[in-house]
Amino acid sequence: MNKGPIIEVRDLRKVYRMGEVEVPALRGVDLRVEAGEFLSIVGPSGSGKSTLFHIIGGLAPATSGQVKVAGEDLAAMSDAGRTRLRRRSVGFVFQKFNLLPNLTARDNIAVARFIAGQNSGGFSPQFEEVLRLLGIAHRLDHKPHALSGGEQQRVAIARAIVNHPAILLADEPTGNLDTENSKAVLEVLADLNRRLGQTILMITHNPEAAGYGHRIVQMRDGRVVE
Amino acid sequence: MRTLLSVLLIGVPVTLILTLVGLSHGMLEDAQNRTRGVGADIIVRPPGTSLLTLSGAPIPEALVNYLGKLPHVTIAVGVVNFPIQTALVAIGVDVRRFDAMSGGFTYLQGGPFNGPDQVIIDQYYAAQQHVHAGGTISLLNRDWKVVGVIAGGKLARIVFPIQVLQNLTSNAGKVSQVYLKLDNPQNTSSVIHDLKARMPDYQIYSMQEFTSLFNVSNIQGLRQFITVIMGVGVIIGFAVVCLSMYMAVLQRTREIGILKSLGGSKIFILQIILLEALLLGVGGSILGILLSFGAYWLIQTLVPASIQMAIVPIWWGIASGITLLGAALGALYPGISAARHDPIEALAYE
Repeated sequence: MNKGPIIEVRDLRKVYRMGEVEVPALRGVDLRVEAGEFLSIVGPSGSGKSTLFHIIGGLAPATSGQVKVAGEDLAAMSDAGRTRLRRRSVGFVFQKFNLLPNLTARDNIAVARFIAGQNSGGFSPQFEEVLRLLGIAHRLDHKPHALSGGEQQRVAIARAIVNHPAILLADEPTGNLDTENSKAVLEVLADLNRRLGQTILMITHNPEAAGYGHRIVQMRDGRVVE
Repeated sequence: MRTLLSVLLIGVPVTLILTLVGLSHGMLEDAQNRTRGVGADIIVRPPGTSLLTLSGAPIPEALVNYLGKLPHVTIAVGVVNFPIQTALVAIGVDVRRFDAMSGGFTYLQGGPFNGPDQVIIDQYYAAQQHVHAGGTISLLNRDWKVVGVIAGGKLARIVFPIQVLQNLTSNAGKVSQVYLKLDNPQNTSSVIHDLKARMPDYQIYSMQEFTSLFNVSNIQGLRQFITVIMGVGVIIGFAVVCLSMYMAVLQRTREIGILKSLGGSKIFILQIILLEALLLGVGGSILGILLSFGAYWLIQTLVPASIQMAIVPIWWGIASGITLLGAALGALYPGISAARHDPIEALAYE
């Protein structure tokens, strides 16, 4: 904690154009996330959480405002620049796990390393330790369909952090899991934050899940309200 | 399933190209071999005929006797050609004189002519017609007794006594071409020089020169035809791969979104699509080559006498290259389309 801001968002606005109709999704969001922080973002559907997640993660451009991630200004970035950001600085965990179905868990993780240009050999001893921490070290040679939802989500977490991203963005990571697996995944995220100092932004509907964060940010109608 | 179907469809033009090239090479090589098997040193052909002229008998038979008496000429054999099918020619010949020139037919069954209404055929035509020596075949609207089955590779597949074919084709006293055997092959050039001076309108070749004319470039239209088939191969490869990869991109929209979320660039996505297309092309090429062996086997089994096909390995690379070109072109549009996918929309794709 208190290593300085790793995410700075100022007056962020995003407007989607649906034909001739403009739909504002973000209406001036200000947010500051310190390095090593575990932040939960909660809010009803349509409050702009996912849009904020996509912009911070470099999946979508902002309409206006300033977004800085790990010192890089996303507003000035081209599509290729945002692609580089996703490769180096951001790890994603999605509600639907989003593992590549034809690859084993090991290869799903290795793909992220390959895209980041780290092709050499297997995983480092430190990462092997992380895999043990995640409880998937013995399941790496299975394909997603042979893994439980909780295991799939933990593989997705491993994939998200294999390149040591500055931030881990988790979008409803427990949305498709039962209570037991949800708890396990949240414990893993909290443990990663605690042990490795991993900065985490987690979007959730679940107040109990949000409680795992150091801080909870409430969003409504495209604004941070609390 | 999509992949297997694509590989099969890509393989078809490869087979088409290899079969066409194999047929052209096979039939020309077969004609070369049978011509060499005659054992002559010089061939005399009538004026104004093309290389593949297979019918007509405009040379007076008296000329055969005249040529046979020229210096250094030991034997002159006139033959009558008559096409039975497009590439299947019956030849009428004086077998006794031909044997003296060539060393004789090798009889696998039966023997030479010993009566009327007889025909000698080679082993390939016998296999194609399912007939043995002593059996009967129908040719030129008549039934003929097969008196002998000879080894292939010498003169013709179907051999009649020369008078029989002259009479049947209303060419009594005439022949289609004349083969000359010399006392010494080293005299070939001087004899040809002499013959050209005596008969300036006739086409006179050494056998070596004549057989060297049997190549694809000398068959009018064949090279253009092969080029057209190659173009068809490119178009089919392009269309199949384009459709297949377009379907693949649609099916894998979510996976493309995942790769983009991991930081996969447009070039990276395009490379994956191109690589898959090239793998399809390689698979199709290998299958096409294997299928060309199937075509070879079918031809050898069903019509060994009518058409001949050779396996031409040097064309494996050419046909594969053409297919890979089509595959790469066909993958460009789906690949670019995939590379341009919006990652958020792709991730939301069900």
